[in-house]
Amino acid sequence: MKDKVVSSLREAIINTGLKSGMTVSFHHHLRNGDFVLNMVMDEIAALGLRDINVNASSLFDTHKPIIEHIKNGVVTGLSANYMAAGIGKAVSEGVLAKPVQFRTHGGRPSDIELGRTPIDVAFIAAPTADTMGNCTGKTGKSACGSLGYAFPDAMNAQKVVVITDNLVPYPLANWSIPETYVDFVVEVPEIGDPKGIVSGTTKITRDPVGLVMASYAAKVIKSSGLLKDGFSFQTGAGGASLAAAKFLKDIMLKENIKGSFGLGGITGYMVEMLEAGCFEKLLDVQCFDLRAVESIRDNPNHCEISATHYASPSAKSAVVDSLDVVILGATEIDENFNVNVHTDSNGYIMGGSGGHSDTAAGAKLTMIIAPMSRARLPIVTDHVTCVSTPGRDVDVLVTQGGIAVNPARAELKQRLIDAHLPVIDIHDLREKAEKMTGKPKKLSRGDRVVADVIYRDGTKIDEIRCVPKEG
Amino acid sequence: MRRSMLFLPGNTPNMLINGSALGADAIIFDLEDAVSPTEKDAARILVRNTLKYGDMGRCETIVRVNSIDTDFFKKDIDAVLPEKPNLIMLPKTSCEKDVLTADEYITEVEKKLGFPENTVRLMPLIETALGVENAFEIAAASKRVAAIFLGAEDLTADLRCRRTKEGREIEYARTRLVVAARAAGVDVYDTPFTDVNDDEGIVRDAENAKGLGFTGKASISPRHVEVINAVFSPTQKEIDYAYEVMDAIKLAKEQGRGAIALHGKMVDAPIVLRAQQTIDMAEEMQKR
Amino acid sequence: MKVLKKATAGTMESSDAYIEIEPCDDVEIELSSVVKAQFGDSIIETVKSVLSECGVTGARVKISDRGALDCVLRARVETACLRGKEQ
Repeated sequence: MKDKVVSSLREAIINTGLKSGMTVSFHHHLRNGDFVLNMVMDEIAALGLRDINVNASSLFDTHKPIIEHIKNGVVTGLSANYMAAGIGKAVSEGVLAKPVQFRTHGGRPSDIELGRTPIDVAFIAAPTADTMGNCTGKTGKSACGSLGYAFPDAMNAQKVVVITDNLVPYPLANWSIPETYVDFVVEVPEIGDPKGIVSGTTKITRDPVGLVMASYAAKVIKSSGLLKDGFSFQTGAGGASLAAAKFLKDIMLKENIKGSFGLGGITGYMVEMLEAGCFEKLLDVQCFDLRAVESIRDNPNHCEISATHYASPSAKSAVVDSLDVVILGATEIDENFNVNVHTDSNGYIMGGSGGHSDTAAGAKLTMIIAPMSRARLPIVTDHVTCVSTPGRDVDVLVTQGGIAVNPARAELKQRLIDAHLPVIDIHDLREKAEKMTGKPKKLSRGDRVVADVIYRDGTKIDEIRCVPKEG
Repeated sequence: MRRSMLFLPGNTPNMLINGSALGADAIIFDLEDAVSPTEKDAARILVRNTLKYGDMGRCETIVRVNSIDTDFFKKDIDAVLPEKPNLIMLPKTSCEKDVLTADEYITEVEKKLGFPENTVRLMPLIETALGVENAFEIAAASKRVAAIFLGAEDLTADLRCRRTKEGREIEYARTRLVVAARAAGVDVYDTPFTDVNDDEGIVRDAENAKGLGFTGKASISPRHVEVINAVFSPTQKEIDYAYEVMDAIKLAKEQGRGAIALHGKMVDAPIVLRAQQTIDMAEEMQKR
Repeated sequence: MKVLKKATAGTMESSDAYIEIEPCDDVEIELSSVVKAQFGDSIIETVKSVLSECGVTGARVKISDRGALDCVLRARVETACLRGKEQ
């Protein structure tokens, strides 16, 4: 068989038979350094195709040119698990007629595999690929580590195009995605900007409030009864979450606790924990920094997993189902523990669930860590602007002003009280914050729906309204 | 109970408004070194408002004002005294007269405000060679003095030696201050440990200070507060022993006995006093 | 009284506010704030009350608010007034 390399992206698109009205998909492993989505969409526009539905695992602000394609009618549908603030603002102001479909990192592969969201052509940016399409993210000048979110697209799309800036002779050993799924391979000069793909070393936060919260978070885990041999853990890449991991590591080393696995988007801090013996394995759906990329390449105990394996609710099992503790963030949380990570307090889209509701549903202990207020806006509200993760899956909220436990978790609450942690009723926490900030005035919402928030099981959990333009 | 004192820069709203959540027993609002000369007015008003409107919880409040030889001193006192901070920290105190000068003005303002005498106490900061040599007369200068505090950064500059992590260069000053403070019957606080990233260094430094007899220790980083609190807190063993002592004393009194022994050791007045202090601290710790 | 000269106070850091004040016949307030929708009215009210406490009846005040608490905002406006009243 002749190899699958085609001479240009344009040729690849033509060969796939892509037509107006079809769905294309992208992964977000190159994060804010990604060139591929824009490159493909520009070519699709140049080919005169219209009414394209874009299903991206996440959209970053480097993808802002997509707004022009929306305005020109090239793109008329968007699905994503996360959307950065720049594109989110345009969507919130109503640039797209059809509501954006927000899913979760587990719900997206589930819906793809169940045929709810069929993909016509998947475009897979690959830091290294061979001429038949075996590809990996672990090597190459644009290395991003895990390619976890690309697996369901590769395995289920009608046609699959691999786009690489490091084409190697066949066969590539240690592939992530095998040639069996790939139709065409395209070589381009650059698939992304390494500076935007992975960050350098992340320093532990120096923000005093972040440190206090992190210290509480580690103590909550210690007191929860879950911190013992075989412990499993996921945390975010935010400053306070990383600091919590650092404090947790100190506790685990001091008490000689051998955990089972660390999960998630993986940072250098989790790698340090693996190397220090806090975990047996890291299960990695996405690498956040250089250290993580090096580790997944070199350390056999640092394993790549697909989005399905990570979090799909329709898989026979997923790693989140075996998770003990997850630390997550929030832009708002209400008195029923519902969490918003989709919009800011003014109602503008600036994020998304990602793996938030998947890990919250799976983990034995789901902890939200957030300051009592941000820029004068209390974190606890009566109703969140948008329900991203339902309160039934959230066990505890850690702030610098106290720790609020979901009333459904009386046993946990008692454990924290016994450990002399500053437990506070969530209503009192709200009052305490409002005493400092004053009571914020309720915002009026627009009447048009600009996004549907689809829970991991495929049902709509909330919708996001437009924000009327100022003036 | 004042084990830890945390310095916060006086002109940084983000730090000030969260001060009471950082775990320190006392917050030092710094109007001196942390504030540039052109922002002294702004910081003074900001700190005053934080004292007035902020919720300090169980945190004590200390204001480090500018030294008495500056034009800022009286303005600082005028601004913050109405809000009744627990203590005024007086930098560059070198002799009895410095204390008396400050005391005189504070007394005058307190009178104007109709406050009872010595409502706001004084904590001289000793950070010159002369101050160290005069430590006792400073500590004993006025009833308003509640504690003295060692500032090693300025002191080592005055001594013309390098400030090291091991702190051998300030051993004499530390010991001297502890003795002077205890002789005068006031508390005494150790200088901050300045390497924010040395997690073991701060433990050693705090334990050294505790071992020398310091009441507590100041900090410039919230990361050090927890360690300082732990080092200067009585251990469970000490607390248990304190309760045993008090029980034994009670029993002896009931039985009309004077001298008593516990575990074969005589329990005398200093041991009882220390036991009571330990119990007071343990009870206070339960509230936080 | 009116402020006598142009003056500023505060910073653009988070939880702070930057105040610019200059001579004017009346009180004119211009507000930009990250929490204008939630706290805009309350901020204007606070600024007016501080101006009147400082005895300022004529000033153009420009506020760039970065989510300052009321007590911080008060401090910054008062500082600007005092600076603006100095000869």
